[in-house]
Amino acid sequence: MKEFIIKEFKQIFRDYRTMTILFGIPIAQVLLFGFALTMDLKNVHFAVLDLAKDEHSRKIIDKMDASDYFIFDRYLSSFDEIETVFKEGIVKEVIVFEPNFSQILTKENSAQLQIIADASDPNVANILVNYTQAIITNYQQNLFADNPLGKMVRPEPMFKYNPALKSVYMFVPGIITVILLLVSAMMTSISIAREKELGTMEVLLVSPIKPIQIIVGKVIPYMVLSFLNFVIILLLSFLVFDMPSSGNMPLLLAETFLYIFMSLALGIFISTVSSSQQTAMMLSMFALLLPTILLSGFIFPIKNMPDILIWISHIMPSKWFIIIIKGIMLKGAGLMDVWFETLIILAQTIFFIILSIKKFKIRLT
Amino acid sequence: MGNHFAGHRRLFYGTNAQDMKTVVTVKNLVKKFGNFVANDNLNFEVYGGEIFGFLGANGAGKTTTIKILCGLSVPTSGEITVAGFDVYKQREEIKKNIGYMSQKFSLYDDLTIQENIRFYGGIYGLSNEAIKAKTSQYMETLDLYDYAKSRVLDLPLGIKQKLAFSVAVMHEPQIVFLDEPTSGVDPITRRQFWDMINAEAEKGTTVFVTTHYMDEAEYCHRISIMVDGRIDALDSPDELKQQFEVDSIEEVFIQLARTATRA
Amino acid sequence: MSKSVIIQNLSKIYPGVKALDGISCTVNKGEIFGFIGPDGAGKTTLFRILTSLLIPDEGTATVDGDDVVKDYKSIRAKVGYMPGKFSLYQDLSVEENLKFFAGVFKTTIAENYHLIEGIYKQIEPFKHRLAGNLSGGMKQKLALSCALIHKPTVLFLDEPTTGVDAVSRKEFWEMLHQLKSTGLTIIVSTPYMDEAALCDRVALLQNGKILSIASPEEIVAGFPHKLYGIKSEKLYPLNELLKLEKQVHSTYLFGDSIHLVLQQNASIDILMEKIKTKNFDDLEWEIISPDIEDCFMELMHKT
Repeated sequence: MKEFIIKEFKQIFRDYRTMTILFGIPIAQVLLFGFALTMDLKNVHFAVLDLAKDEHSRKIIDKMDASDYFIFDRYLSSFDEIETVFKEGIVKEVIVFEPNFSQILTKENSAQLQIIADASDPNVANILVNYTQAIITNYQQNLFADNPLGKMVRPEPMFKYNPALKSVYMFVPGIITVILLLVSAMMTSISIAREKELGTMEVLLVSPIKPIQIIVGKVIPYMVLSFLNFVIILLLSFLVFDMPSSGNMPLLLAETFLYIFMSLALGIFISTVSSSQQTAMMLSMFALLLPTILLSGFIFPIKNMPDILIWISHIMPSKWFIIIIKGIMLKGAGLMDVWFETLIILAQTIFFIILSIKKFKIRLT
Repeated sequence: MGNHFAGHRRLFYGTNAQDMKTVVTVKNLVKKFGNFVANDNLNFEVYGGEIFGFLGANGAGKTTTIKILCGLSVPTSGEITVAGFDVYKQREEIKKNIGYMSQKFSLYDDLTIQENIRFYGGIYGLSNEAIKAKTSQYMETLDLYDYAKSRVLDLPLGIKQKLAFSVAVMHEPQIVFLDEPTSGVDPITRRQFWDMINAEAEKGTTVFVTTHYMDEAEYCHRISIMVDGRIDALDSPDELKQQFEVDSIEEVFIQLARTATRA
Repeated sequence: MSKSVIIQNLSKIYPGVKALDGISCTVNKGEIFGFIGPDGAGKTTLFRILTSLLIPDEGTATVDGDDVVKDYKSIRAKVGYMPGKFSLYQDLSVEENLKFFAGVFKTTIAENYHLIEGIYKQIEPFKHRLAGNLSGGMKQKLALSCALIHKPTVLFLDEPTTGVDAVSRKEFWEMLHQLKSTGLTIIVSTPYMDEAALCDRVALLQNGKILSIASPEEIVAGFPHKLYGIKSEKLYPLNELLKLEKQVHSTYLFGDSIHLVLQQNASIDILMEKIKTKNFDDLEWEIISPDIEDCFMELMHKT
């Protein structure tokens, strides 16, 4: 027993990869969860469709802007603009004041105000609406401190894109993003590492076949399989969970295709730096799975992370793909709405392909 | 080389066969994997202090038998005892009384020589003093001082194999199983390795060894040759050569292995 | 005679080890050339350099006129290579493996079937079996078929017989001799000294250096001593005793006899009489001719 324990300790201390996993992962996780990954929201952009433009509407807007939670983004001029501004993705909430807001409030002691939240992320939307309601309640309490039961602002929340706040709307795009990346990258990297381990790579290298041919030969089968995988998840979400399927289907398929291609290129890159299946597996799991889940905006809003994590999230392809897929599936976004994100993933794809071909060793070391 | 002389019979050193203690008894050993009969009714005994060569073509069933004798696998049927213990009921006892070394695994590459000795000594319950004594003994006899601080990974293959053998018999087992111990080793080291085997046998340890080097078969007191899961020959090398009317064990082996029908 | 492989002063250094230490030798077209040596002698490193998988630290080598560093593309198109572990796809069938490797080299099984017929015929009955379920001997035949399917001009076989039983080894060498008759140059490495006799010429390799290059006959003829074969009932104690004698240059167990070399000017008769009195009265001895293993050990002694 004792000897066994001593032996194991020695071996662990000498294997720096095990050490990294043993200590690095928990430390990173605790720090991430503790500091960075918080559901609290700050500085969320909101827009206003102010059909009143009078005293109280302006005061309420000022009060919201003055809070830590919100930043006033702009005035909208019509109801149509609400859709546009949500598709752009920066503004997460729109406040609509009815015409003659102040007048109605003073005369009838009760005025209407609509809070429209972008519920493509239902958690965020719910929190935003609660914040807004709290601010408004606070406003009227101060205003009519002597007569608390007097005038009433009646806020009416509305959850755009996901009126029932179903969490499946959030999870399906998130899971598609995580699964496609993980499966594609892990499968290709492991399958190449396996050829290295078994020695078949040695024979392939001593043949006229070019690196690009090996890479393409690896990519195409997994591309087909991952795409099939995607179609199955999509069908499930439509048929079983009644996700809205109003989005631009050809665009969704094309974007997914691009994303899968990027993931496969990433997998090839991982395989060029790992010599065994075990290393390829660990790299895919720890370098991809955790950051993808935590930093892609799938569960935790990116906006409130410390700058360093925001920067990291910018280089995560999954972050951009989640924006694209949510935009298309939930908001009915078109290419014009997601062209920037698409361009980033395209650039990442090209980057990983070039890197993989450069890094692909035509010899042994 | 050919056979220059005739009529020599190499016996056990010092004693004759009747006095020998039986260390391994195998009666009607059968091991099946589904429909495949890996060991087909084996019968043999191995005596104390004997070097017993266990030969056979790839896939003849040697590995299966060795696993059963080491208590790693249970036979389908048959009466088998190793070091006086039953392979069905007393496998833990067997493991304490045997040593094992294979060409593929024996020492930990990422530990030093002394750490390996300490680890295996500890596993077999040797006292601290005994481990220390063995360590200095091996450093001395195997001339390991140049490598005192090296990890096993950096040792030349020959030294690694000799050390692995020493470690396998450190707890003074009744019998040691050696699975292709000299594969790929240079000819001089190979002979030094067999010197170690002989010295160990002279101390009374039984050595059960497999090899693909046919000259090494000649160093065994008795050899068995397996074909298609059966033992088709079992005798001293000289007897076998006479029986098959050939000059070398290699020719005996080839004659027998050619009768194999298994693919 | 035209040269197939020319190796000049080749070195490869790994941290702490000189895997190859200034090796030079040439291989003629159409011969079976063997690199004979134990594990760690540098055989695999040398084969990887010759097949363009590794870049040497010093020296040059050409295969069929192509430089192993600069012209790696043309080398890869024309050499056949069978690495140490049989590099097959375990989860593909025999036929699928062969088809794949034919495809990699832009050829078909049908086109070059005549080259592998003799070998492949033996495993063809099992062509639908997964390679992972084949016996060692059959894997070896399949790997060889895969290495031959693109009609290479030079065939590199790195330890094709290691861990393979005596019968399969014999069959394998018979296949190599058949292949040689087609004009193929075959370069093979092995730790088994007895296989040297089956090569046209051999290089004996130890610790990254070549001990000797010649035909097996020449190497044996170059053995510088008189060699005695000694027999007794008690070989092991006899050998231990001989090791202690001052007149003995070297004494080694060799299967059922001892191979003994004496110091210069020592007399075998005197030594044997002396030993006989030490309870070895059944001693017999005669002069024998050495084999490659004797020569290898003698060369190891010198270095």
